[in-house]
Amino acid sequence: MTAAAARHRELGLTDTEYEGICDRLGREPNALELAVFSLMWSEHCAYKHSRKLLRLLPTEGPHLLMGPGENAGVVDVGDGLAVAFKVESHNHPSAVEPFQGAATGVGGILRDIFAVGARPIAVLDSLRFGELSSPRSRYLFDWAVKGIGHYGNSIGVPTVGGEVMFEPAYEQNCLVNAMCVGLARREALIRSAAAGVGNHVVLLGARTGRDGIGGASVLASAELSEEDAAKRPSVQIGDPFEESRLVECCLELLDRGLLRSLQDLGAAGLSSSSSEMASKGDVGLDIDVSLVPLREADMEPFEIMISESQERMLCVVEPERLGDVLALCERWEVRATPIGTVTETRRLRVFDGDELVGDMPVEALVDDCPLYDLEPEEPAAAVYPDPRATLAQTASIEDTLLALLGSPNVASKRWVFEQYDPIVQSRTVRRPGQADAAVLSLLPDGGRGALAVSIDGNGRRVACDPYLGAVEAVLECARNLACVGAEPLGLTNCLNFGNPEKPHIAWQLVRAVEGLRDGCLALGVPVVGGNVSLYNEGAEGPIYPTPIVGLVGKLPDPALAPRAGLAAEGHMIALCGPFQPALAGSELEKLYGRLSRGLPAVDVDAQARFLAELREAMRGGEISTAHDISEGGLACALAECCIDGGIGARISLEDVSMETLFGEGAGGVVVAGPREAVEAVPGARVIGEAGGDTLSIAGALGVPVDALRDAYEGAIPAAFI
Amino acid sequence: MACRRFGEAELLWHRDRDLDGVDAVVVPGGFSYGDYLRAGAIARFSPLMESVIEFARAGGPVLGICNGFQVLCEAGLLPGALLPNVSLRFVSRQVEVVVENPETMFTRACASGERLSIPVKHTTGRYHAPAIPDDQVALRYAPGDNPNGSQDDIAGVTNEAGNVLGLMPHPEHAVDALTGSTDGGRLFESLALVAA
Repeated sequence: MTAAAARHRELGLTDTEYEGICDRLGREPNALELAVFSLMWSEHCAYKHSRKLLRLLPTEGPHLLMGPGENAGVVDVGDGLAVAFKVESHNHPSAVEPFQGAATGVGGILRDIFAVGARPIAVLDSLRFGELSSPRSRYLFDWAVKGIGHYGNSIGVPTVGGEVMFEPAYEQNCLVNAMCVGLARREALIRSAAAGVGNHVVLLGARTGRDGIGGASVLASAELSEEDAAKRPSVQIGDPFEESRLVECCLELLDRGLLRSLQDLGAAGLSSSSSEMASKGDVGLDIDVSLVPLREADMEPFEIMISESQERMLCVVEPERLGDVLALCERWEVRATPIGTVTETRRLRVFDGDELVGDMPVEALVDDCPLYDLEPEEPAAAVYPDPRATLAQTASIEDTLLALLGSPNVASKRWVFEQYDPIVQSRTVRRPGQADAAVLSLLPDGGRGALAVSIDGNGRRVACDPYLGAVEAVLECARNLACVGAEPLGLTNCLNFGNPEKPHIAWQLVRAVEGLRDGCLALGVPVVGGNVSLYNEGAEGPIYPTPIVGLVGKLPDPALAPRAGLAAEGHMIALCGPFQPALAGSELEKLYGRLSRGLPAVDVDAQARFLAELREAMRGGEISTAHDISEGGLACALAECCIDGGIGARISLEDVSMETLFGEGAGGVVVAGPREAVEAVPGARVIGEAGGDTLSIAGALGVPVDALRDAYEGAIPAAFI
Repeated sequence: MACRRFGEAELLWHRDRDLDGVDAVVVPGGFSYGDYLRAGAIARFSPLMESVIEFARAGGPVLGICNGFQVLCEAGLLPGALLPNVSLRFVSRQVEVVVENPETMFTRACASGERLSIPVKHTTGRYHAPAIPDDQVALRYAPGDNPNGSQDDIAGVTNEAGNVLGLMPHPEHAVDALTGSTDGGRLFESLALVAA
C-alpha cells in the first residue's frame, strides 16, 4: 500500500471508499486530490448516512420557489417578494471554542441566504447545553450567546427568536443551530449552478488562511474525544465587518445583474463550492490556487483548496462584465480576484500557476460518494439514564409551580435575548418576550402583511419517543405561528443525532424523520432545506435525538397579532385545542428524576384542523393574548401570561391533577380577550378571568405574580452570579 | 429611513468629503469598521468625518446615535467618553428616557421632564465625563432604567454650543407604533423645526 493509501484512513475514508476513488480517477489520487475527496466524501458534505432517509421528506408546496439542493430554500410571499431561509448546525466547533464556533455559525448561515440573492433580515438560534450547574456548560452557554451576539449585532441582522434547553445529555456535546431568514424580490433570486464556458470564476471576500483547515467537515464527521483541545486551530474565526461589506457588495452585484451564479464557501472551502457549482451546471472548472489571496504566504495548494476561512464567496462572471464587477467590489472594499474559468471538461482541475496539481471528475466528487443504508434497531434497554431528581414528588402544588418556573428549560430567557439586537433593520413588530413567534413587517419592502418565524424542538421528548417527539416539534412550531395568526409556508430542519452507524441511533434518526414527514404532510408544509449533524456523542453517550424545526409563515396584519401576556383586567381566559396533557416526557417528570419511554399518541389531522381554526381566529384583532402550552404545562403557561402582562388571573378547572396542571402534549393554547371574542374562538373553554395581582387556581394554588416573576426571571441570571 | 418620516434625507458615503449642502447631519448607530479597536475609534478618521467636524464647528446641527455618539466623542465634538457597560455584556432593552433640557435643537418639540420610551442596544454605552454642566445633559434614563451604569443616569449630552447631541438610545427605532413606540420621533421633529 502506498503512502497515500495509508493516509486515507487518517482522513476518515474507508478502504472501500479509497478504492472507489482510485476507480473513478483510473489511478491513485495525489495528496491534494485525496484531501479534496476526503472532505467531499465526508459525512458533513456528502450526507452519506442520511441522504437516502431525507428523500422521505415532502419537498413540494404551492409557495415553493427553491427547494433542497440550493444554498437555501425559498418560498413566495406575494407582492413580488420571496423569503429564503435555512437552519444549520455549528455544534462541534462550538463545543471546542464556543465564541467563534457560534459566531461563525451565524456568519455561515447568513452567507447561505445572501448566496441566493436575499438580504438577511432575521436570525434565530436553537441552543442545547448540559445543566447550568455544570461550570463547563455555563462557560459554553455564556460564550456561545456572546458569539451569536457578536456576529449578529455587529453585522446588523436582528436576532428575533430562538430557544435554549439544558439537559445532561448535552454536557459533552452542546448544540448550536442557527437559522437565517432573508428577503428578496423574486426576480433577484439567483442559483449556484456555474454556467457559460469561458466565464470567469471570481473569489470574493477575505483572504485565505490556515484557519479551519478540515474544520467543520472533519469535526462534524467523527465523535469528539479527549484530544479535542488539539483541534482548536481547526475552528474558524469570524469577521462580521468583512461579511457586512460582502453582503452589501453581493446584493448590489446581483441587483445590477452582473453575476451568472453565486455560491458561498462553507465546509471544505473552495473544494466544495467549486465542485458543487460545476456539478449543478454540468460544466468543469479550472482553478489556479496561485491567484488566491493568502493570509499566510507559504500555504500548500491542498491547504488553499480546503481552507475554511470565513467571509468568502465564489461567483461566475461573464468576461465583458468583469470590469464592472471589480469596480463595484472596490467601492465596497471587498477583495475580488479572478481565480479560474468555467470549462466544458466536467472536471475540477487545480493549477498552481502553470502546473496541474489536481484533476478530478466533478461527478465523482459531488455525486459518487457511496451512500450507506442505516441499520435501525429499536433498543431493548433505555439509551439514556434517568436525570437526577431535583424535586420531591411530595412537594406542594405551589412549590412545584415555582420549581418549574425556576427550571432553566422553562425560565425566562431574557438574560439571553437582551444580549441580542432584535430590532435593527426596523421590521420587528413582535420581538422576543412579546409573542410566541417573532413577527416581521413586510411593509418596508413593498409587501403586505408580515412574516412570522419560530424555531422549536424538544430533544427529551424525542428521546422518549423519536417518532412522536418529532411530530410534536413540527406541531409546536406551527402552534407558535398560529398564535400570531400566521400560516406556515415552508419548513427547515436540522437533525442533530449521535453516531448513525449504531443501530439504536439509526432507529432514532429514521423514526424522527418519519415523524417530521407526517407532521409536514398533515400541515401541508414542504421541507425547503436543512442540515444534518451526526456523531454528536462522546464517551458518556449520545445526545438526546434533537430534530430542530424552523417555520416561516405569513399573516395579513401584524398590528393585530396577539401577544403572550395578558392585556387587561377583566379579559376572559380560555383553553383551546385538542390537548391531552400527560406527565410522560414533561419537565415535571424530569424534575422528579424520570424519563419515560413512549409518549401518548397524537392525532395529527385533528391538530392540523385546530391550527387552521386558531390562526383564523387570531387574525381578527379581538384576541389580545395567545400563548402556546409547552414545557411546564398549563399552569406554567398561565403563569407566563400573568408575568408578561403584569396582571393576575383567577382560574377554575374541572380537575386539578398534576397531569392537568403540569402535563405536556401537543395542541394546547391559552387565549384571552373580551368575553365575546374568546367565546367565538372554535373549541375555546373559558377557564377564568384576568385580574388582581395573584395567579389563583381554585383548589390548587394562589401565588402572587411578583413571586412567579422572581422564580421565572431569576433562574438563569442566578447561574452567573 | 426614520429621518424621511420628518423631512428630506439622504445617505452620505464614508469615503466622500462632500456634505451635499445638508441642513443637519445624523451619524447613525451600527458597528463602524467592526469597532475592533474601540467603538467609534476608526470611523472618527473617515474622510466624511473631517467635513462633519467642520460642519459642527460652524454651528451645524449634528446628531449622533449610539455608535454615532461614540464617534462624536472620539472626534472631540462631545465631552466625555463611553465605557463598556457595567455588565460587560451587550444590552438590548426598551427604556424610559427623561427630557432634561428641552431647549436644545434636538429636544425643542419636547416638554421638560417628558418621558420617552426608546430602545437601547449596545455594549459600550456607559457615559463618563469628569464634570459636565447640567445644561449639557439633554436626556437622562428614568430612575431605575439606567441599562449600562452611565454616570448620573446620563443618556444624551450636547456640546457647549448646543448644536451637537449624542445619545445611546435609538430614537430611529421609536418612530412607528407598529414596531413599538413613536416617542423617538420627537427628536427628529425638533431637528426638522431647526432646518425649516
